[in-house]
Amino acid sequence: MNMSRLMRKLKPGKGAVIAVPFFWLLLFFLVPFFIVLKISFAEQDLAIPPFTSLLQIEDGVLQSLSLYFGNFHFIFTDGLYAATYLSSLKVAFFTTVMCLLLGYPIAYAIARADPARRNVLLMLVMLPFWTSFLLRVYAWMGLLNETGLINNFLMSIGLISEPLHLFHNDFSLYLVMVYAYLPFMILPLFSHLVKMDMRLLEAAADLGAGPIKAFLTITLPLSKNGIIAGSMMVFIPAVGEFVIPELVGGTDTLMIGKVLWNEFFDNNNWPMASAVAIIMVLMLIVPIALLHRYETRELEGKGNA
Amino acid sequence: MVETVKQAAASAQGAPYLRIANVVKKFGDTTAVDGVDLDIRKNEIFALLGSSGCGKSTLLRMLAGMERPTSGKIILDGEDITALAPYDRPINMMFQSYALFPHMSVADNIAFGLKQDKMPKGEIDARVAEMLDLVQMRKYANRKPYQLSGGQQQRVALARSLAKRPKLLLLDEPLGALDKKLRQQTQLELVNTLEQVGVTCIMVTHDQEEAMTMATRIGIMSEGQLLQIGSPAEIYDYPNCRFTAEFIGDTNMFAGPVVVDEPDSVEIDAPELGSRIHIDHGITGPKGMQVWASIRPEDVHLDVVPQPAGPNVARGQVHDIAYLGSFSVYHVKLASGKVVKSMVAANHWHENSITPPTWGDTVYVSWRPDMPVVLTR
Repeated sequence: MNMSRLMRKLKPGKGAVIAVPFFWLLLFFLVPFFIVLKISFAEQDLAIPPFTSLLQIEDGVLQSLSLYFGNFHFIFTDGLYAATYLSSLKVAFFTTVMCLLLGYPIAYAIARADPARRNVLLMLVMLPFWTSFLLRVYAWMGLLNETGLINNFLMSIGLISEPLHLFHNDFSLYLVMVYAYLPFMILPLFSHLVKMDMRLLEAAADLGAGPIKAFLTITLPLSKNGIIAGSMMVFIPAVGEFVIPELVGGTDTLMIGKVLWNEFFDNNNWPMASAVAIIMVLMLIVPIALLHRYETRELEGKGNA
Repeated sequence: MVETVKQAAASAQGAPYLRIANVVKKFGDTTAVDGVDLDIRKNEIFALLGSSGCGKSTLLRMLAGMERPTSGKIILDGEDITALAPYDRPINMMFQSYALFPHMSVADNIAFGLKQDKMPKGEIDARVAEMLDLVQMRKYANRKPYQLSGGQQQRVALARSLAKRPKLLLLDEPLGALDKKLRQQTQLELVNTLEQVGVTCIMVTHDQEEAMTMATRIGIMSEGQLLQIGSPAEIYDYPNCRFTAEFIGDTNMFAGPVVVDEPDSVEIDAPELGSRIHIDHGITGPKGMQVWASIRPEDVHLDVVPQPAGPNVARGQVHDIAYLGSFSVYHVKLASGKVVKSMVAANHWHENSITPPTWGDTVYVSWRPDMPVVLTR
């Protein structure tokens, strides 16, 4: 009785606590999203802002609502856009796989390290964030350039006579992508691996599983959620990445972020840029929603078994 | 064939099934296990009993292969297993708090060890079913561990550790995670299961009741050493040192020198008692040697009427009464300040038409001369 009265008293406060992030998301995520969605159904116009209005209002009365589907139609019919989306997904996918292959052993090593050393190692993973992202990409340019540090060094010790082509190709693109996104893979993996009960591995060994078998049957399945979380943290921003492909990628690297930039700044075509963005968001949201539903169903399934 | 003959010959000579020979384990400067020698017979349930930090868990982990002894040997069924990795040993362990694999069903947990042995699928299924029946968990085969109660998890853990038919089963605080009521019920259930399977078993526990109920023999450990090995009754009735006497059950301990040393009796001068302790059998030791006399509370008589002064008798005041239903424990404070505990059956006073003594009353404690156990260390 007292408890329920207490709960009722707490409720307004609880609502206020939830309202803050809710309001934040509403204001800075949902509202901008609908503005972009609105613009994607407009036509390019020589005006300020440079697009037509969807609503025709005269004397305070709504006269007509005109939705223009031409942008979406163009995206779906022009093969270049499809190729760009696919190319973006491909780059994001391989970046994610490489981050996972590289990040898992690192996260594992940190999680199993002496607790005193663990924080230092984690700090080292996060250390690059202390420098601006853009500066770090520029630093890579300085390293990979034909007259950059690496080529200069290799030529000075006589290992090569011609500068290696390290820059403005897929190699430099993936190298810098993996470099930039690796911490986002390591941190969620670490947080899952570190809380694993080590006695489970002892139990596996006791029951006859060698170290490799124990890793594959116990550690790996138990870190599944960390793998999913880390992969999403890398994959989602990687799809829309603009700076890295622009600065270190090859000229023929098709990335959706680059197309967006071109439409917006070079062609001044806001509606087209918006439509490109909307499709990218849908492309990312649909698999996330499906995955989420699968996970919920799996949890429920556990409950019913 | 030769092996079998050899083993048969060995067991005919009464060689132990498991031999722990002078095993030492050091962690840096601390010695966790300090020269333990122990022989275990086949199909025996042996309990290592001691308080936390006494080295019993380290000894168990060395048997499981999770720790390597600093020196010494472990020989199981004629084979030196001291250096074998845990996954190469014919030994399975039931972990404290069970360590069930959370992402696997009950059946998969039990099958895990069998799969490591590359057993054919049909045989695995049959063995898993057999194990589920053994612990009466067949209905729960497809559940995940977190959907089970503590008692059910314990049974799954037991089934998993028995599934490979290990030569030696290790139990680490097997019932420590259960509440008291469930623990008492499970103790006998567990012993029945172990006897049904006929497995040699070493358990580690800090709970003397658990050890006394379940084990055929008990080893008392303290500071890395085995102080005494014996059946529960031997250890309770004939402790060989003060630690054992005080660790197992409750006791009244008096220190003092031997003042009379006859072949068939001794007397100890116990300043705390205010009189001598007379014992009706001889001991091996010179006169004047410092010894301890241990008298169990159930062997201490309590009288309200004055008793003639003499050995084995002392006067005191009732300091505290612990009422425990079928009996009460009276704490009697002697003139020296020493508190003597006396266990009195609930019907004792009524049957003798005596008003039970209460706080502050003067009472007399006494015991028969055959009751004290003399300890030299």
